[in-house]
Amino acid sequence: MEADITLRVNRETRWLTVDTRTTLLDALRDRLGVTGPKKGCDHGQCGACTILLGGRRVNSCLALAVQHDGGEITTVEGLADGPDLHPLQRSFVRHDGFQCGYCTPGQLCSAVGMLAEARAGWPSAVTADQEGPVGPGPVALSEAEIKERMSGNLCRCGAYAAIVPAIAEVAR
Amino acid sequence: MTQTRARLTARAMGTPLDRLDGTAKVTGTARYAYEQPFAEPAHLHPVQATVAAGRVTGIDTAAAEAVPGVLAVLTHRNAPRLAGTGDAELAILQDDRVAFRGQLVGGVVATTTETARYAAGLVRLTYDEQPHDVELRADRDDLYAPESVNGGYATDTAQGDVEAALAAAPVTVDRTYTTAMCHNNPMEPHTTVAVWADGALTLYDSTQGVYAVRAAVAPLFGLDAEQVRVVSPHVGGGFGSKGTAHAHVVLASMAALVLPGRAVKLALTRQQLFFLAGYRTPTVQHIRLGADLDGRLDAISVDAVSQTSRIKEFAEQTAVAARMMYAAPNRRTTHRLARLDVPVPSWMRAPGECPGMFAAEVAMDELADACGLDPVELRVRNEPAADPETGRPFSSRNLVACLREGARRIGWERRHPAPRSRREDGALVGLGVAASVYPVFWMPGSSARIRAGADGRYTVSIGAADLGTGTWTALTQIAADALDVSVERVDLRIGDTAFPRATVAGGSSGMTCWGSAVVHAAEELRDRYGHEPPEGAEATGDTGENPDTERYAMYAFGAQFAEVRVDADTGEVRVPRLVGVFAAGRIINPKTARSQLRGGMTMGLSMALHEHSYMDAQLGQVANHDLAEYHIAAHADIGSLDVSWIDEDDPHVNPMGSKGIGEIGIVGTAAAIANAAHNATGVRVRDLPITLDAFLA
Repeated sequence: MEADITLRVNRETRWLTVDTRTTLLDALRDRLGVTGPKKGCDHGQCGACTILLGGRRVNSCLALAVQHDGGEITTVEGLADGPDLHPLQRSFVRHDGFQCGYCTPGQLCSAVGMLAEARAGWPSAVTADQEGPVGPGPVALSEAEIKERMSGNLCRCGAYAAIVPAIAEVAR
Repeated sequence: MTQTRARLTARAMGTPLDRLDGTAKVTGTARYAYEQPFAEPAHLHPVQATVAAGRVTGIDTAAAEAVPGVLAVLTHRNAPRLAGTGDAELAILQDDRVAFRGQLVGGVVATTTETARYAAGLVRLTYDEQPHDVELRADRDDLYAPESVNGGYATDTAQGDVEAALAAAPVTVDRTYTTAMCHNNPMEPHTTVAVWADGALTLYDSTQGVYAVRAAVAPLFGLDAEQVRVVSPHVGGGFGSKGTAHAHVVLASMAALVLPGRAVKLALTRQQLFFLAGYRTPTVQHIRLGADLDGRLDAISVDAVSQTSRIKEFAEQTAVAARMMYAAPNRRTTHRLARLDVPVPSWMRAPGECPGMFAAEVAMDELADACGLDPVELRVRNEPAADPETGRPFSSRNLVACLREGARRIGWERRHPAPRSRREDGALVGLGVAASVYPVFWMPGSSARIRAGADGRYTVSIGAADLGTGTWTALTQIAADALDVSVERVDLRIGDTAFPRATVAGGSSGMTCWGSAVVHAAEELRDRYGHEPPEGAEATGDTGENPDTERYAMYAFGAQFAEVRVDADTGEVRVPRLVGVFAAGRIINPKTARSQLRGGMTMGLSMALHEHSYMDAQLGQVANHDLAEYHIAAHADIGSLDVSWIDEDDPHVNPMGSKGIGEIGIVGTAAAIANAAHNATGVRVRDLPITLDAFLA
C-alpha cells in the first residue's frame, strides 16, 4: 500500500509516494537521496540514523514515513548554515571526534537535540547525582551528563573520549 | 626491486593535521558504498539457512515470485554457476548443502527494499536436517593441528625442555584462560552495490581492500581481473571483517549478472552480520609459566584451542605473541582447532595478539603475585636482549620505557600490592597493568602513481583504503614530505581498482606498505623530472623490499594501565581510568594516531566487560545477534582515557620510521582491566568478559 506525503527536509519541501512500510530513514536515504542519516542497525539500537524531527532527536529507523506527513526534519546535511559549519561540526573535526564517520551524522544530530533538552531543563538518569541544585531551569552539562545523554549513539571506532570534549566545548 | 635510499625528513609528518575527510564526514556528504547514486536500483535481500547442518530438500519460490515488484529469486537451482569454487565460504548457491545456520541459500531481488525483504520471507525451504555440533571445548577428542596459523606462522614451536624446566621451577603458574566469541560489528554493515554492464562487473563495496575483493570475485565468475572494478572511497569501519570478501559480495554479483545494466544493492542487516561477516573465535588457552624466586622466567608453555568452520579453515594465531614477548630458555606453543558447524571465523582487530595477550598478561600478573613482585618490575626483569624465538635483535623495543611512563601517569606508586586494600564510596578500587605488542608487517605488492599537475600540484593515486584509520590524511602527509611540498599541494586518491594495486588495510600494515610505495614513486618522479616537473609528468613506485625485515625482529610495544572500581554490593565493574603508552616508531599524525590508539583501547575495554556472542548449542547460532543483546561499549562506559607515546627512532622499519598503530591499542587492555579487578577485589577472573557475578560469590 502506498501513500502520498510531504516532508520538510532541511528547510525544503519534498513530495513523495511511500510504501506504508517505509521507515523515515529509508524514505530519506532511498527515496529522497538524503544519505546523511545512516543505517547501522535498523532497530533503534545504535543511533546512527538519528535526525531532528520537529526539533527533537529521534531514531529515524523506528519511525514510519507515513506517520510523519508534513514533518519538519533536519538531518546532518541541514546543520550547517550554508558554508558555515555548525559549531558542533567544527568541534568534532577539531577534536577528531570520529574515525570512520558512519555514526557521526547521528552523533551530531543527537548532540544538537541533547543540548536543547538540557537547556529546557530535562533531567537525565544521572542528574540527581550531580553537584549543585537540581532543576527547574537548564541542566549544567557535566561530562557524566553528556555521556549519559549520548549513550544511545554507539561508536565502534571508539571515539567517545573525543566526542564528549567536542560536545562539552560547544555546551559551555 | 626498489629499496629506500634515504629516510624521509619529517615536515608534514608529525603534525596534528585535522582529518582531510573530516568536513565531508560531519556534513553527511561522504558517500559510503550503499549511497552511490543510481537511477532505479534493484534491492537484494538474502535468504539464510534455518538449519545448522544438512541439505536443502525442497524449494518453493512461487509465493515470492508472485509479489509485484519482485525481479528475481535466486536459489542453488537457478543461480549462476561459479567458475572457481576453491573457497567454500564464497561458493554459495552451488549445491544443496548447508554448513552453518544463517548461510546464504538464496536471495530475492525487487524494486524496493520493502518488497525484497517481504518476498524473501515468503521463500519456503525444506531441509534434511542433520545433527550439528557448535560447542568449543578444549577436551574435545577431535581437535586437530592446522598446517599453519593465520599470518603464516608455524602451528607449534618448541625450544629447550619445558617439562623439565617446569618441574624444577620454584614458582609456577598453571592456569586456563578463555576469551569469548566476539563480532567485529563495524557501524556500517557490509554492503555491496553490483552492476554488470558491457561485460564488466563494477562493485561499490564496503571493503578494506578493493584489490582483495577483485582477486576473490573475478575468478569466481570466470572474469579477467580487468573486467572487475571495485570502488570503496569511504568505509564505515571494518576491524578486519571487511578485510576479505565475504559471501554477500558473491550474492550481489550473481544478482547483477541476472539483471544486466541494473545496479543491485545489498546491505546486510545488523543481524545478518553475525552469520556472514566473520568474527573472533572463542579461545581456550592453557598457560604454564615457570620462574625462579626472583620472577625470572625459565619456561613458557601455551596451548591454544580455537574453532574453525566446517567449510573453510581459519586458525587464530593465539599463541604467537608468547613466542617473542619475554625471555625464557624453555618454551613451547601449540595451536589446535575444532572444526564445527559454525560460520567462518576471520580477522578481528589484532587476531592472535588480542586474545593471546589477554591470557599471557593475566598469567604474568599471577606470576608476579606468586613471586611477591611488582607486576611492572616482573616484566622489566624478563625483557629479552633479542627476539627469543629467532635470536634477531629488535629493530627497536621500548616496552620498559612505556611501562615506566605509564606507571608514572597512572600513579602506580599509590597501588596497594595486597588486593582488596582500597575502598572508596562503596567500591573496591585497584590498579592493573599489562603489556601490548603488535608486529610490523612488511607486505610486498603495493604501488603508487604520482602525477604532476598545474600550479605545482600533485595527484597521488593508490588503491588503498581508509576505514576511519586516517589514511586520507596520513598518507597525504607522507606524500607531501616525499615530494617536499606542502600538504595543500597533494591530492590523494584511494579506494578504487582504477588506481595502482595496493595491499589490504590489515595487519596494521597500511602506512608501511602504501607509504613506502608513495615514497618510492616520489623519488622516481624527482629523479626523472626534478623539482619542477612539467604538467602531466608521471612516475610510479612500489613497496619494494626491505632487507632489514630479515635481520631484525620488528614490533611495536606498549603498556596499558587500568583503574577499576568494583561495586562492593553489586559487583558492577567500572573503569574510570585507562592509560596507554606506546612505542610505535614515528607517529605520522598525532591527532589521527591518538584516535586509532584510543579506539583500540575502547574496543579492548568493550571486550573486557561486554562482548560475548552466546552460541546457542541447541539452535546452532549466536543467540544475541543484534546490538541490543550484543553489548559494545557506549559513551557512559568510558572514563578518562590517557593515550601517549614515547619518541622512538627506528631506522629499520620503513622510510617513514613508522610502525602500525591500528591494532596494538586493543592488545593488553582486557588483561590490564582483569588485573586491576584482581587488585581491587582479590578475585582472579580468567574468562572474558568480566561480569559482575564473578565478584558476588
